[in-house]
Amino acid sequence: MSARLRGYAIFAAVALLVLVVAPAVLPPFRLDELAKYLCFAIAALGIGLAWGQGGMLTLGQGVFFGLGGYAMAMYLKLHDAGGDLPDFMTWSGVEKLPALWKPFADPAFAIAMVVVLPVAIATLLGLLVFRQRVRGAYFAILTQALAAAFTILLVGRQGLTGGTNGLTNFYDFFGRDPEADGTQRLTYFVTAGVLGVLYLAARQLVKSRFGRLLVAVRDGEDRVRFLGYNPATVKTVAFAVSAGMAGIAGALFVPVVGIISPSLLGVVPSLELVVAVAVGGRYALAGAVLGAVVMNYAKTSFSEQWAGGWLYLEGALFILVMTLAPKGAVGLYEQARDALARRRRTPEPAAPAPQQETQEVPA
Amino acid sequence: MSEEKDGALLEIRGLRVVFDGFTAIGGVDLTVGRGELRFLIGPNGAGKTTLIDVVTGLTRPAAGSVAFAGTELTGLREHRIVRLGIGRTFQTSVVFEELTVLENLDLAAGFRRPLRSLLRQRRGVSDAVASALDTIGLGALAERPAGVLSHGQRQWLEIGMLIAQRPKLLLLDEPVAGMSRDERERTGELLTEIAADHTVVVVEHDMEFLRRYASQVTVLHEGRVLVEGDVAAVQADPRVQEVYLGRTKKEAA
Repeated sequence: MSARLRGYAIFAAVALLVLVVAPAVLPPFRLDELAKYLCFAIAALGIGLAWGQGGMLTLGQGVFFGLGGYAMAMYLKLHDAGGDLPDFMTWSGVEKLPALWKPFADPAFAIAMVVVLPVAIATLLGLLVFRQRVRGAYFAILTQALAAAFTILLVGRQGLTGGTNGLTNFYDFFGRDPEADGTQRLTYFVTAGVLGVLYLAARQLVKSRFGRLLVAVRDGEDRVRFLGYNPATVKTVAFAVSAGMAGIAGALFVPVVGIISPSLLGVVPSLELVVAVAVGGRYALAGAVLGAVVMNYAKTSFSEQWAGGWLYLEGALFILVMTLAPKGAVGLYEQARDALARRRRTPEPAAPAPQQETQEVPA
Repeated sequence: MSEEKDGALLEIRGLRVVFDGFTAIGGVDLTVGRGELRFLIGPNGAGKTTLIDVVTGLTRPAAGSVAFAGTELTGLREHRIVRLGIGRTFQTSVVFEELTVLENLDLAAGFRRPLRSLLRQRRGVSDAVASALDTIGLGALAERPAGVLSHGQRQWLEIGMLIAQRPKLLLLDEPVAGMSRDERERTGELLTEIAADHTVVVVEHDMEFLRRYASQVTVLHEGRVLVEGDVAAVQADPRVQEVYLGRTKKEAA
C-alpha cells in the first residue's frame, strides 16, 4: 500500500470510529467526555502546526482557547438574559451592560469573534515579536507570561468576566436545551466534524509550499532570510492559524462542557496541551490529535482512580518522551513500521548511501 | 540591462566595519563589474567574510556605502537585499535536511511568488529548478531528503539554490573548504559554468583552486585592499607574497 493510500485508509478508519462506533457504544456521559477531548485535539492541532512544523513553542494557547470560549459564552449569556443583564453581573453589582459585551448579543458577530480575536491578537504579537527575532525559549516564556496575565485579568474583572467562576449556567444553545442528550450528541458531531475539516486543512497547509517553507524556517530561520523570504511573516501566519484553531476549540468547549473559566485556560492547561502534543508526536499532525485525546482520556480515567496523582504521571511521561522518544508515539510507530518493512523485504536493497567522503584539511 | 553590460554592478566605497572597537574593515573600496568573476583572498581575519556579510545585510557597517546596480544596500534587511538580486552561500553549508533536494531548490526559486500562491502544493518542477538541478548534477538524488547528502553535495545544492534564485550577483564564501580533491575539481567546473552568465564573487582560502579558476583577484589584508589585479600579477606582487603567499610557502616547507 502506498503511503498516500495508507493515510487515507487510516483517516477513514478513524472517521468511522469517531462518527459511527463511538456514538453507538458510548453512554451519553462518555460521549460528552470524548467531545471534550476532541475540543482539546483541535487546539492541539494548532500547536502541532506552530510547534511541530514551525518550531514555535507556544505555551499560551490557553489564551486563544479562552478568547474563543468567552466570545461564545458571552453570546450565550446575553441570549439567556434576554435583554436584561447576565446573572453574574447582577450579583457583582454591575448596573449597565458594559460596551464590550453589547455586540456579542449578535450570534454572527460572536461566532466571527471566535476566530477573529485570537487571529488578530496572535498576528499583532507575532509581528511585534518575530520581527525583533525573539524565538526559542524567549518566545515560549513570553507566551506563558501572556497566559498568566490573561487569567489574572479575567479573575480581576469580575463584573466583566465572571471572575474565577467564569461564565456558566447556559439554558439555551441555539434553541436547544444544552443539557439534553440530543444536544450533546449534536455538539459531539459538530466538534468531530470541525476537527476532521481542520485536520485536512492543516494537512494541506503542511504539504503546500508554505508548509515546506515553515519547516525550513523551523530548521534554519537565518538561512531562509537569504532565500529572500521574511521568516517573521511565515511564522506570524502559522502562529495566527494555530491561534484561530485554539479559538474554535474554546468556542466548541463551551456548549460541550457548559463552562469557560480562567482555570481552564491558564498556564497549566496551556502546558498540558503542549505535553499532550509532545507525547503524541509533535512532528505529525495526527500525533498532536492523538496525544490530546489519549492524554485527556488518561487524565480522566486516572483521576477517577487516584485524584491528584495524574500530575506526577503526566510529568514523568513528558520527561520520558522528551529524553527517549522525542518524536512521541507517532515516532515510535514509524520506527516499528520501518523495522517491520525492512524485515519483510529480504534481501534488503542497499539504500543509496551518501558518498563516502575523503576529507582533506584545507591548507 | 544589457546596455550597461560593462558598468559596475557592485560598488563599495570607504567601507568601515567595527566590532566592539576592533576594526574588521578599515576603509575598503571595491568595484565588481557586470559579468566578472572576482576572487577575494587574504589571510585569516583579513575581512573577506565580513565584506560579504555587509553586502548581504548581515552586518551593519560603521561608515561607507555599498551600491548594487545604483541602489544603496546599507540598512536594508537581508531578504530585501536578496530580492534585489544578490545571493550568497555560507562557509558551513546550510540546507534544509528534512526537505528533499527538489524542495530545497523549489523554495529557493520561489521567493518571487505571492504568499497566497504558496498555499498550493508543488506540482511538477519549474524550469528554474530543473536547470539548477541539472547544473549541479544531483538529479538522481532529487527526491531524497537533503540530510543524506555528503558535505560536497551539500555545497553543490547550496550553489544550486543560489542559481535557482536567479540572482544578478552571487557571493560564494569558501565553496571548496573541506572538500576532497575530486569534489574541488567538480566545484571548479561548476563555478566556471556559472560564471559564464553570472557575476560572481568568491571568497577563497585554497591557493591551488585560486590559481586554476581565478582571473581577477582582490587581496585583502587587515581590513584593507592590498592589491588588485589578475592572478599572475597578484602572485608576483612582493607585498602579497609577504603577507600571504610567502607565509603559506614557509608553512608548507
